[in-house]
Amino acid sequence: MTILSMPAPAPALVPGAIVLDEVVAARAPWSAVVAAGDVLTIVDLEGNQAVDCLLYAAADTTVRYSAAETIRRQRSIVLTTGSALRADTGEALMTVVADEVGVHDTIGGACSQESNTLRYGEHTRQQHACVENFLLEGARWGLGKRDLVPNINWFMNVPVDPDGALGIVDGLSAPGKRVALRADVDTLVLVSNCPQVNNPCNGFNPTPVRMVVTRPSAEAAR
Amino acid sequence: MTTSTNGTATTAGARAHARAQHGRVVPTMRHVPATSAPSLPDDVPADAVTWAETVAFGRYTSLALARGTRLRLVDVAGDACVHLLLHRAGAPHERLNTADTVKVPWQAYLGTGHPLLSDAGRLLATVVADTSGRHDALSGTTTLAGNTERYGAGAAQSASPAGRELLLLGALKHGLGPRDVPPSVSFFKGVRVDDAGRLTPTGSAGPGAFVDLLLQVDALVVLANTAHPMDERARFTGTPVDVVAWRAPDDFAALAGDALVGELAPEHRRALENTQHDLTARSPR
Repeated sequence: MTILSMPAPAPALVPGAIVLDEVVAARAPWSAVVAAGDVLTIVDLEGNQAVDCLLYAAADTTVRYSAAETIRRQRSIVLTTGSALRADTGEALMTVVADEVGVHDTIGGACSQESNTLRYGEHTRQQHACVENFLLEGARWGLGKRDLVPNINWFMNVPVDPDGALGIVDGLSAPGKRVALRADVDTLVLVSNCPQVNNPCNGFNPTPVRMVVTRPSAEAAR
Repeated sequence: MTTSTNGTATTAGARAHARAQHGRVVPTMRHVPATSAPSLPDDVPADAVTWAETVAFGRYTSLALARGTRLRLVDVAGDACVHLLLHRAGAPHERLNTADTVKVPWQAYLGTGHPLLSDAGRLLATVVADTSGRHDALSGTTTLAGNTERYGAGAAQSASPAGRELLLLGALKHGLGPRDVPPSVSFFKGVRVDDAGRLTPTGSAGPGAFVDLLLQVDALVVLANTAHPMDERARFTGTPVDVVAWRAPDDFAALAGDALVGELAPEHRRALENTQHDLTARSPR
C-alpha cells in the first residue's frame, strides 16, 4: 500500500466552495478580505498556536474590531461559538459559528518588541513580535500604527483570577483544532501568526496555521 | 417684553449683553486661571494647580498636561463615570493601550500602583492614589447605537451622549480622528470577571471617592463623564466630576524612588526606565 502524497482536503468547519486555502508559516503575517457570508476556518495545525487577529470593515477601515465592545456586549471575555466580533460602533463584523476549543482570548492583546522588554527583559527586544506583523501586513492595505488596537488571540488562554491576576497560561487547543468565523460584512482580516517564544501562548514553539475560506451554498446557508 | 437699553438690537447692545455675562460662576465649568478655582482639595498645593474643572455628567473635556503632573478625578456625589484616553503629546500614535495595561502588570483591575501603558513599552502614567477601587479596563465605553437603543439618543448634543461620541470629539479638537480612538478605561464604575470569564458590573464606591494619575510623559488627556456601558438603570443617570491637576515634582521623584506607591513591580520599573530612556535620547543635555 502506498502512502498518498495528495494534500488533505481543506478542513473547513463549514462546508462550501473553497474560496481560499493557505498555510501561514510560523511567525508570519497574513491577511485577506472575507466577503459577507463567507466563512474563515482557522486550523491550529500543530496545536497551541496563538493567532493574533484584527478585523476592519473592508468598506471603511475606521470601523474596526473593538475588544471592549465585543466583551461588553456578550458580557464575557471569552470567545466561542456564538460570539459576535464587534466594531467600536457596535456593529458585528464577524461571528464565531463553530469552535473546537471553547476558549479564545480577548484581553491579552499583541506582543511587541517593546512590551517584551517589560515582560521578559531588554534582551528580548530584537525578537520578532506580532506588532511588526500587523504593521507590515496592515501597510499593504493602507493601515498604519494608528489603526492597531487590542486584538483577538485565537487558541490563546488568559484566565482572570478572583483578585484580578491574569496571565497567558497553557493553551487548551490541540493539533488540528479549528475555529470558524462567518463574515457579517465584507471584512479585512489581519493576522499575525504569533512569533512569541517567551510564554506558553505558542507552547514556546511557533508553528504554522491554515486559513480556509469557504462559501456556503445557498442550500447549506438556509 | 419691550427692548430695553440693554437689548441686543444693536452691536453695542449685543456687546454689552455678552460682556455682562463675564465672571459668572456655574456649578460645572473650567476655572481659568486654574488658581482661581473657588475650592480645591486640602492636600493640593494651590499655587501649583494647572487645571481645575467640574465636568457635567454627559460632557467631556481635554487638556495637554506636562510630564510630572498629578491629575485627580473626584466623584463628588458618587455617580460619575469618567472614560479616559491618553495620547502622547506630539506623537499621538503612541497612546493608552488597554491590553498592555492589564497584561504587562499581570492584573486586570486598576488600582493604586497600576501602570497605564502604551504599546511601545513605555509608561504613560501611574495610578498613585485610589479610594474607589471600582474601575474598568475591559468593557470600554458607550456607543451612539447602544445609547440610542438604550436611552433613545446617543449623539454628543443629546440628553444621553455616548462615551465614544464624546471621546471622539475630544480627539478631533486636537487634530486627531476616529482612528485615534481606541478602547478607553473608565473610573468610578467597576467590573469584575468570574472564573468562567463572565463580567459583572460593581457600580460606584459612593460619594467622595477619588483617583490620582501621575503623568510620566507630556500627554493629551481626553475624558468624558457619561454612563458606564454596563449601567443597569433604565434612565441615563449620573453626577458631575471634579478634575484637578497640579505640578508634582516631589511625587514624581518619589514614584521613581519607590517611595510613592511602594516598590514598583519589575514590569512597571522597566516601563518607567524605557520612558526615561526615550526622553534622555531626545534631550540635547
